[in-house]
This record gives sequence, structure tokens and C-alpha cells, in this order.
Amino acid sequence: MTAKVQSVGFIGAGMMASAVMEGLVSKNVVDSSGSIICSDLFKEALEKAAERGFKTTEVNRDVCEFAVDAIIVAVKPNAVQTVCRDILAVENKTAVIISIAAGVTLEELERGLPGRRVVRIMPNTPCQVGEGASCYSLGTLANAQDREIVEVLFGAVGLIREVPEHLINAVTGLSGSGPAYVFMFIEALADGGVRAGLTRADALKLAAQTVKGAAEMVLKTESHPGVLKDQVCSPGGTTIAGCDELEKGGFRSATIQAVKAATKRSMQLGHVAEIDITNKYNL
Amino acid sequence: MTAKVQSVGFIGAGMMASAVMEGLVSKNVVDTPGSIICSDLFKEALEKAAERGFKTTELNREVCEFAVDAIIIAVKPNAVQTVCRDILAVENKTAVIISIAAGVTLEELERGLPGRRVVRIMPNTPCQVGEGASCYSLGTLANTQDRVIVEVLFGAVGLIREVPEHLINAVTGLSGSGPAYVFMFIEALADGGVRAGLTRADALKLAAQTVKGAAEMVLKTETHPGVLKDQVCSPGGTTIAGCDELEKGGFRSATIQAVKAATKRSMQLGHVAETDITNKYNL
Repeated sequence: MTAKVQSVGFIGAGMMASAVMEGLVSKNVVDSSGSIICSDLFKEALEKAAERGFKTTEVNRDVCEFAVDAIIVAVKPNAVQTVCRDILAVENKTAVIISIAAGVTLEELERGLPGRRVVRIMPNTPCQVGEGASCYSLGTLANAQDREIVEVLFGAVGLIREVPEHLINAVTGLSGSGPAYVFMFIEALADGGVRAGLTRADALKLAAQTVKGAAEMVLKTESHPGVLKDQVCSPGGTTIAGCDELEKGGFRSATIQAVKAATKRSMQLGHVAEIDITNKYNL
Repeated sequence: MTAKVQSVGFIGAGMMASAVMEGLVSKNVVDTPGSIICSDLFKEALEKAAERGFKTTELNREVCEFAVDAIIIAVKPNAVQTVCRDILAVENKTAVIISIAAGVTLEELERGLPGRRVVRIMPNTPCQVGEGASCYSLGTLANTQDRVIVEVLFGAVGLIREVPEHLINAVTGLSGSGPAYVFMFIEALADGGVRAGLTRADALKLAAQTVKGAAEMVLKTETHPGVLKDQVCSPGGTTIAGCDELEKGGFRSATIQAVKAATKRSMQLGHVAETDITNKYNL
């Protein structure tokens, strides 16, 4: 998708916002960093952004006046309603409003921004290195052009997919929180390597690269991971011996429980009724 | 490293050999596919290679006569000694001989190839998508130029590191067999996503991309995975709830046991004495 984006505003210039801002520039989605403006409560965040060539301001109003294509709400969930008031105060008919605030529903966003086109998105931390996984849901007034803008902006930093809003909690539990599970996995692999005699530096490098490479195989070959696993498990060999230990240790089950628990917590934080969590979603 | 490679021969044109052959062409390490020749017992393997523009032959002798820079032994371990005899029969003073045969030691290789410069390498299956992790050890006669050749050839398909030979078993247990552990992890993450309500297609895509992205973060930021994990675990949030379940399930321990078991099996297949496995290597 090569839609050219004219200007984008970020309210909040934290880690996720910075990741997307950098991605937009490096993928040439915007003509220059000067096509992007951001605001933040912390001077250091603005200084960092200014160093990278982005426009900065302490005033959310400036962001809303500058941004033609999109205003991204990248503040903590409890700050969203205040930000909505600032957005409402500026008449901007072109920009779609995209919220990355975890747990803040489209209903809440639309209540805070009546008449505006809004989108809710759950990105993840690897957007920082251009390998994110983000899922979004459109608000009631958002249109096909808004969908395109979302896909161009967040597609610049990784995978982007649309989901029904009720599945954003599951997305949170899987791709939102998932990087932490992977960090634990990589550290444990490295520990195993050190246990087996490798230096820490070698073990960590090999562990991270092995994880990256294997994931790339799933993505590129589009083969079922079970099929890929079978292909590398030769009879009585080293690999099946390793897999045996993973199964013995309930590795798969622990992983499934992690996704469930994070999904459930996301629902609780999003004020989903406990009875729905149990009966409707079975968590 | 931009050393230009003139010609390379592969004895055996299976999955790993094909991966490296493709990598050499796509990374422009060789001028054209015609700079690469391969032999194989199976006609289908040769036909596939010929379709890709590589030179093919049914005779190992021709591989040895053609290859100026390196001859790569990519056959099953039990076929290596026969191949060594074919290599010996051709006077080739320039090519370094690189064996990817699992468990075949430098001592065995040098016994089968007296006077020749040999290298032993353990690559892994993601070499196929250019994201491999390979570790090598030089034989007694191999020199600095041979080291450069190895790093250029296998660096074209991923990470490449030199290790003392006694650590090749640990490498096997970690990066050699590791992809299978990752395939299991990705499948379980996807199962968790489906359990939480996502479609299989979305869950699998998100799982694989999340794993890839998080691994890329470890590689790019060079930050300790424990630090990265801490950075994404907000107080009482979804991510720490997921990590809690992983710890409860002994996820890290199962992973360490897997690397240990695969390393131990590699030692057994490589005929390391049982008392050494227990006492010297503590496995």
C-alpha cells in the first residue's frame, strides 16, 4: 500500500509513539520527519523527538491543528478523556483519531469524541524495531479511507490486521503481552546453552537468532509449525530428545495458560463483567 | 565481509545445501548460480538445482574439480567416509572442505582427508530463509583464509560464529535443534490465541510475528532479555499475569532441560564416552 501520508500528529511521545514515528520516516511513508508532530508532558521526550527532526509542542491543540491524516492518542489510559477534550476543542475534519491506549474501548472513545471517526489499535513493543504485530478495530463512523491510513501507518512498523473489537483482549494476551514470553524463552534457551558449556555471549546470540530464524520460517514458508517441527526431528536424534523434555515439562500448556491469563486480565482491566469473563469467554 | 567467491561445490544437494546455495546467489556472494555445482544421489534434487540455474552432476569428482574456494560435504553422517575417498581422488589444493555432517568430528574428517584443510560446521534449518545460526571449528591445517571463506559462505544465510570443537554438541542442542522448540512455542501461542477466541489464521500469524519481533528486539537493542521483559511488565497488568503462568508452569526449566537433553544426545551420537558425558560435561 503506497498511500502517501501528508501529516500525522502524536499526543504522547513515549516508546510506542516514537516507534511508529521512526517507522514512518524510515519506510518513507511521510516525506520527512517534519511531517510529524508530537506532544508530551515530559520535556525529555520532546527533546528526543526534536533531535530526530520531528516537530514538537507542549500543547495538544497544536498537534490537532497540524495533523491532516491522523491523530494518534498515545497516552496512558487514564489520561485519554482529558486528551479527548483537547481534540474536540479543535475543528479537524480530516484526521482519523487512532487510540493505542490499552483497555479503552471504542464506546468510551466515541463518548469522548462525539461525531469523530475513531479507531482502536493494540500494537506491540517490537514496533520499535520495525517488526511489530498490531490489530485494530474501526469505530462506527470510521470509513474505508481510515482503514487504509491505519494500515499504512502501522504497517510501516510490522504486521497489521483488523479484528472485531471483542477480540482485542485476546490480541492483548497474545501479541500485546507475547514479547515478554519470548524474552523469557530466549533467556531460558541461553541458560540452557550456558548449562551445556557455551559462553553467555554465544548462548544469548544463538538463542535470539534461532528464535528469530524459526519464526521467520513459519512466516515465510506458511507451513504448519507442527509440520516444520516434524521435518527437523530425525529418528532418535537430538531434536526429538529436546522436544521430549519440553512436552514432559508441560511447555505447551504453560504457554497456553499465559495467553489465557493475560487475556483474562485484559478483560478485567477493560471492565468486562466477571460473569462474562467466566461464561461468555470461558476464561 | 566482501571477499568474492569464485566457485563452490556441494556434495549433497538436500535442504541445508540448497539453503546455502540460494543464499550465496541472493546475497551476491557468487557472480551467478553457475558458479555453484552440486551432486546428489537423488535425481529430483539435481533437477530442482538445475531449475535454479546451478550446475549439477552425478559425480562427486566433478564437484571437486570445479570448486575453487570450497567443497561442502552435505551428506548424511554415515556417507561421509565414502565422500572423503571421492574428494581425495581429486587433486584440489585450493578448496577448503567444510562438513555440515552432524556428529562427524574434525578428527574423523582429517583421518578421511589426510593433508587437506577441513572445517566442521553446525548450521540450522532457518538458513533456508536467510536467518540461520551456524557455528564452526577449524581443523588443524585450516588457515585464516579458510576462516574468511566459511564466514562469507555461511554468513550469507545468517549468523556465523567460531567455537572450540568440544562445544559443537552444545551448539547442536541450542541452535541446531532449537528451531523445533520454537515451532512448538509458536503452535502453543496460537493455541492460546484460539482458546481466547481468535481465528486460527490470525492467532498463528500474530504468534509467529510476535516471536520474530521480540527476538529481533533482543538482537537489535542488545539489551538483556530480563531487562526487556521488565520494561513491558506494567504493575498488575496483562503481561505479568501471563509471565506468572509461565513461571508457574516451569516454562523456563522445561526449556533448559530441552537444551541439555539435545546436547547430551548429540554427545552420545558423537560417541563421547558416557563417563565424560556425566562427569566432564555434567549432563
